[in-house]
Amino acid sequence: MPEALVDIRKLNKKFILTSGMLYAHKRAIHAVKDVDLQIYKGETLGLVGESGCGKSTLAKLIVRLEKASSGSICFQGENINDYDRDALKIYRRNVQLIFQDPYSSLNPRMSAGGIMREPLRVHKIGDGDSRRRAVLELMARVGLSPEQANRYPHEFSGGQRQRIGIARALILRPQLIIADEPVSALDVSIQAQILNLLQDLKRDFGLTYLFVSHDLNVIRYMSDRIAVMYLGQVVELAQNNDIYGSPLHPYTRLLLAAVPSCDPQKRREQTVIRGEAKENNDQGCIFQRRCAYKLPVCMEKPPALTQINDNRLCACHLAGKI
Amino acid sequence: MPSLLEIKDLVTVFDTQRGRIKAVDGVSLKVQSGETLGIVGESGCGKTMLALSIMRLIPANGRIINGRILFRGEDLLNLSSEQIRAKRGSEMAMIFQEPMTSLNPVFRIGDQIAEAVMLHQNIPAKEALALSIEQLREVGIPDPERRARDYPHQLSGGMRQRVMIAMAMSCHPVLLLADEPTTALDVTIQAQILDLIAELEKKNKMAVVLITHDLGVIAQTAAHVAVMYAGKIMESAPVEKIFAAPLHPYTQGLIDSMPVWCGDDGAGRSRRLNTISGSVPSLYNLVAGCRFYERCMHAHAGCSTEEPQLVEAQPGHFVACSNINIRSGKKEIQSGMDL
Repeated sequence: MPEALVDIRKLNKKFILTSGMLYAHKRAIHAVKDVDLQIYKGETLGLVGESGCGKSTLAKLIVRLEKASSGSICFQGENINDYDRDALKIYRRNVQLIFQDPYSSLNPRMSAGGIMREPLRVHKIGDGDSRRRAVLELMARVGLSPEQANRYPHEFSGGQRQRIGIARALILRPQLIIADEPVSALDVSIQAQILNLLQDLKRDFGLTYLFVSHDLNVIRYMSDRIAVMYLGQVVELAQNNDIYGSPLHPYTRLLLAAVPSCDPQKRREQTVIRGEAKENNDQGCIFQRRCAYKLPVCMEKPPALTQINDNRLCACHLAGKI
Repeated sequence: MPSLLEIKDLVTVFDTQRGRIKAVDGVSLKVQSGETLGIVGESGCGKTMLALSIMRLIPANGRIINGRILFRGEDLLNLSSEQIRAKRGSEMAMIFQEPMTSLNPVFRIGDQIAEAVMLHQNIPAKEALALSIEQLREVGIPDPERRARDYPHQLSGGMRQRVMIAMAMSCHPVLLLADEPTTALDVTIQAQILDLIAELEKKNKMAVVLITHDLGVIAQTAAHVAVMYAGKIMESAPVEKIFAAPLHPYTQGLIDSMPVWCGDDGAGRSRRLNTISGSVPSLYNLVAGCRFYERCMHAHAGCSTEEPQLVEAQPGHFVACSNINIRSGKKEIQSGMDL
């Protein structure tokens, strides 16, 4: 059994929304619901799902930009929910985030070099000279030229900005990188450059990735294992080839059927896809309203994420039978 | 058969503080009734400006300085603004990427559709509203009587896009321009919207110009494809040819750089993605020769000085590359697949 770098148990996150006169109406959004998940050292765990399924919230919980409502996230055996300010600071040397939007995630008033140096300054690592050297070294590694260090974010293209964001995440030599939709804002030709770069860096720096995306092609290309989320829950977790080769959960099948194939000869059959992801208070399975295989039991009892065979988990009463 | 829409040598320019740029630079294309033309390209390639030029809706600092846009044999560029307004929304309609910004947030959706209907048809408000409810039903909105009284913010993204389509279809246009209609949507919703457009296209024998950056969407919907780069069409061909035997290095690069998963081939993984080096050139300082020159793997000295023209390399397959003969020798091309 490989070593789990991150061990998530029964993780829940509720957001309370208030509205109305004097905030009289309160409504809870259950963004992450009883999630159990392990991220093994050295792997790329892909997290896929549609907008609003809680994948970004889960990513933020792991970096502790959000605090969990209940449950535990253990990093190398310690529960990060118990961390105080100082412990968190040390933790974040090990866990770094790459953001989706390379336009809003870089400070427009700082030079590219300054942005990449900032983590070293915050963590008081090295002196001016060594920091500058470290930045230049890493810039070369992510495909930026040294003279670009003095330029400001608006002088860079989207792909180059994402390289700056990646260098900033790597400068502290973290163990775990959480990449939240890192290529979604980029054009296809630039997307490929960044995906290749992420693969190379993973190998060279011995990184572990949690790779969050809504794009099933990108997830397939990057991931070793894949977790599929729907309305806050992990509904299927398996090896890359198993997810794409023989998906068990009806939702995973629906997702895969919806991906437009790049072969004009293989046009998708129409009308197999219906409904949309919507919060509901249904008893039983969260997916029942869109499920083509629904049985009476699905309306009564929510299926738990259970082991189907070695290394495959699925939350469906009918897993393996359909 | 004459084409429903034929664009000849269209040039749309923008005068900015930094000088004049050609957002659309000599584009020619044809669209037939009942068929989808896919226009694919990266951001800033001019695909949206091309669509807005057809609708004559380009922003105030833009101007069409050359070309003809023949729609049912009539040049749209010669029409007065009143005449073009009568065509917009009735004979030709457009849907946009972000349905939230295209719908008015303070009006009920039924009334918004009714407004569009009343602009073009001389009917009382009550009838127009009944028609708009019918239209909402047509695009698959459940319980349309109740939904017609909703405001845009009460609907999900997919529902809003359905409303946009309902509005566009309300006067039964013969040409629909869809600019990234599914880019803001989830993949399962995208599939539904694309199905809906295809269904309406078939039913109304409408022509669709589908603009997208997503090659998968193109492969699934288009009959013909035009690939745009920095304001120009680089390649145009039937969809099968674009994917099976692309001739332009840019098209080849685009297809190769996709982390494709095609259903059953296990080869999608672990293969290193081919990339196109560099990024899209700025329209402010284009080089004299081919605009893809700096990023092209097959470039030779001549490419930097002479701009290649769009020529018919094979029947129905147009490409703007001076290197075409060298490569088509290497690549196996399925001839006799002419559509």
